[in-house]
Amino acid sequence: MTSRVVIRIQAEAFNVAKETDALSSPHDDLGAVATFIGYCRSEGGRLAALELEHYPGMADDEIKRVVDQALQRWPLSAVSVIHRYGLMKPGDGIVFVGTASSHRAEAFAACEFLMDYLKTQAPFWKKEHRADGTKGEWVEAKADDDAAAARWKIGS
Amino acid sequence: MIISVPAFAMWLKRMTEIKIAYFAWVRERVGVADELVTIPSSVVTIEDLARWLSARDEGYASAFENPKLVRAAIDRVHAKPHDMIGNAREIAFFPPMTGG
Repeated sequence: MTSRVVIRIQAEAFNVAKETDALSSPHDDLGAVATFIGYCRSEGGRLAALELEHYPGMADDEIKRVVDQALQRWPLSAVSVIHRYGLMKPGDGIVFVGTASSHRAEAFAACEFLMDYLKTQAPFWKKEHRADGTKGEWVEAKADDDAAAARWKIGS
Repeated sequence: MIISVPAFAMWLKRMTEIKIAYFAWVRERVGVADELVTIPSSVVTIEDLARWLSARDEGYASAFENPKLVRAAIDRVHAKPHDMIGNAREIAFFPPMTGG
């Protein structure tokens, strides 16, 4: 099966409706589209923004590797991964992951796998900008994220 | 074939000059985003390079003070501390990733 793959790393906002439509471009065996959108939170008003830094030369390659693993594992007709960098305000979408398949189980699983792997493998880092104007810290990686990626039991 | 000593030295220098890039708080502590560095032949692995860099000054020392918190990539592919630098052109050091 030839899958339609979209990988973009961009500063601009993405349009969820447009990206979802692109995943569901009609074909006879399309049965399910699953999407995930990660947003910037204010953490109860504590944060004014999140700054996303990335490794331009590596981020694209690493996302491609993760997408290839998903394509080997599930029969997907389309995969989209869009990850933003730069300054995000609370409510802004940071990442869009979408998968299309014949059945929901594959679409859900692949979408969750992609997010779990992106969290621990894609070279992006978040820095907090505090609402009170004081200097923010770099967000620390969570052990939960490693555990979430590890449960898929494949090498990175 | 005879190669002059200065020519050999130039070749050796070129062979061991490597780009090192830093990201997030590793970049802030080191003080530069990237640099070209000529590394000595005794530096073989990622771990060696981190140790050698941390001896440069306080900024590098603070960036690498907890080796468990610093990840690396060789030519834009994730690497482990014992991985060999070999003929890599670009090494990167960064904290565990927090994207998504």
